[in-house]
Amino acid sequence: MEKYIVAALVRNHSGVLARVSSLFGRRGFNIDSLTVSPTMDEDISRITLVTIGDEYTLEQILKQMKKLEECISVVHIDEEEAHCRELVLVKIHGDQTVQETVREICEVYGAGILTAMNDTIIVRKNGTPSDVDTFLSVLSNYDVVESSRTGITAMYKDEKSI
Amino acid sequence: MKLNGSQILIEALLEQGADTIFGYPGGAVLNIYDELYKNSDRITHIMSAHEQGAAHAADGFARATGKVGVVLATSGPGATNLVTGIATAYMDSVPMVAITGNVGTAAIGRDSFQEVYIAGITMPITKHNFVVRHVEDLADTVRLAFEIAMSGRPGPVLIDIPKDVTAAECEYEPKPAVQPRPLPEINMDDIQKLADMINESERPTIYFGGGIISSGASEALKQLMHKAEIPACHAMMGIGALDKKDPLNLGMIGMHGWVSAGRAADKADLLIALGTRFSDRVATKMTEFASTAKVVQVDIDNSEIDKNIPTTFSITGDARRVLEAVLPLIKENKHTAWLEQIATWKERMDYRPVDNDEVIRPHQLMRAIDEAIGPEDIVATDVGQHQMWAAQFTGRRMPHTFLSSGGLGTMGYGYGAAVGAQVACPDKKVVHVTGDGSFHMNLNEICTAVSYKLPIVTVVTNNEVLGMVRQWQTSFYGKRYSSTDPHRQTDYVKLAEAFGATGYRCRTIGEFRDAMAKALQSDGPVIIDAIIDKDERVLPFIPAGQTIRNVIID
Repeated sequence: MEKYIVAALVRNHSGVLARVSSLFGRRGFNIDSLTVSPTMDEDISRITLVTIGDEYTLEQILKQMKKLEECISVVHIDEEEAHCRELVLVKIHGDQTVQETVREICEVYGAGILTAMNDTIIVRKNGTPSDVDTFLSVLSNYDVVESSRTGITAMYKDEKSI
Repeated sequence: MKLNGSQILIEALLEQGADTIFGYPGGAVLNIYDELYKNSDRITHIMSAHEQGAAHAADGFARATGKVGVVLATSGPGATNLVTGIATAYMDSVPMVAITGNVGTAAIGRDSFQEVYIAGITMPITKHNFVVRHVEDLADTVRLAFEIAMSGRPGPVLIDIPKDVTAAECEYEPKPAVQPRPLPEINMDDIQKLADMINESERPTIYFGGGIISSGASEALKQLMHKAEIPACHAMMGIGALDKKDPLNLGMIGMHGWVSAGRAADKADLLIALGTRFSDRVATKMTEFASTAKVVQVDIDNSEIDKNIPTTFSITGDARRVLEAVLPLIKENKHTAWLEQIATWKERMDYRPVDNDEVIRPHQLMRAIDEAIGPEDIVATDVGQHQMWAAQFTGRRMPHTFLSSGGLGTMGYGYGAAVGAQVACPDKKVVHVTGDGSFHMNLNEICTAVSYKLPIVTVVTNNEVLGMVRQWQTSFYGKRYSSTDPHRQTDYVKLAEAFGATGYRCRTIGEFRDAMAKALQSDGPVIIDAIIDKDERVLPFIPAGQTIRNVIID
């Protein structure tokens, strides 16, 4: 089983996300992460999703998504050929001593502090999926109250566009 | 000119040539029905007993004509009652536009009376659907719905219209009927490659499906077969695309297909799949289907290519266009040895049921139906044993003359479909072949046929049990007949009379022929109760997950 990144341009209509997720549900495709937001052209939204499956599943996903009336284009983006980024916010419980360590970790991993309170600190990290994984695994040694991860957004490194 | 939403809907339907629609009224569509009343000279509305019947009627109308069928229902239960009909059309690629009313836009999302989110419910069973929130969008939405329904691989589209939109007014500008979107471009290199593969093949077999009918490719198919002498078998959806009497027509393949046809696919060196999708009822064991053949697939829907069976080569395109393009490149050819081999299988292995004039045997019943009607007449079936017998032995010879729920396998499809077909084709005989199980599901539609004086002849192959499920219980569940023998006491003759139709009962094939002859003269619906033995089985029978090599033939 592989992870594949799929990027699509869709009409920015109500229900379009439901159509995509309904398709995935019906056909038994996995969604590992999914991001969606309008593009510079507000009539068009861009969906980036990560799916886990084999090549057959990937091919079916691309073909089935292409059939959706509101799907303008859909491609598989090879992680090697693309900039892939994620953002994660993490809220950690801890006194000032703990927070000091967390600050040091953030410095090492290029993460930022968003809010520091008496017994809680909120940090932010953006980076490649593996950067984010590493950062989260380090923080797992602390009392993480909650974390919120955006899922991958991706773009070809070269002149190509989807 | 300024019109209200209901008037715009009627005008937009008429723009598309949809002058006959099927439906059932209700609160959310009162405005629309008021306009139907005022426009009854321009648009015919056929009212069913139940919305499911109306949906199947729109489907039957579409299958019998190739045109887009239209069904109209109210919100809530009216809309949900369409669901089985829409899913049936979706699975069999039938062009349909389903229109539902909904509560007013201000009431949406408040769990109002008869409110349901039908767009969400039908998302996976429509090509696309719409909720029209502004009357200004209505006309173009109807146009787009027809365009989507008929383009590429056809299918159903749903339009949900809140009640206030059916009353709101806006400017309406008439437009010409929409056309299907352009078909995929034909790449001549692909066509050459297809021709080369066909020309080089020693044991070619064509396997076709409903795509031949929906693309109008019957003639091109016949020419290819005869120019290169290639035998063809077909999925149930392909029945009628090719004359059953054509010597190169091997008949149906699959779970209840002919052994010789299954062998011809299994032992071919080239299997040419045209407008068909290798469903599990054809490729009963996907990993071993046509295992010695190179598989070539031509389908309008790119997502069908390589979905169930990996292909050696494929063309995404319209079956008719592809066949017409490849024909000039096909060598005239003979495959004598291959045809002789298939003829031997036919002789040695094909199931030959034995006649018995003392009772009614299913194959004799179906042949008698076939003999009683003409080649252009229509057979609509329900689902179960009778459907397979009808597929095997009424074998139609013209496209659009065999209406049956293939993909979804909808028991209760037949009567509605027959109503739609008879409304579409008043000059043709329409025979509804059903079983006592399926018929009980939607026999309420007899009243529709009576109201509109539709001379549909229903033949109930009555074995008093749910024969297909029972057959599986016989073969695989130690004859434990769980819920397949309901001991119903329905008297079909009285039932027919209660509805204002005519009923006959017969116990021998001779009695049936007489009843059928009388029934075909009737100017209203007739129900013929044809009593058969409950142990009659559909043969041949490839158990699910097995191959033609494990077929049961006695």
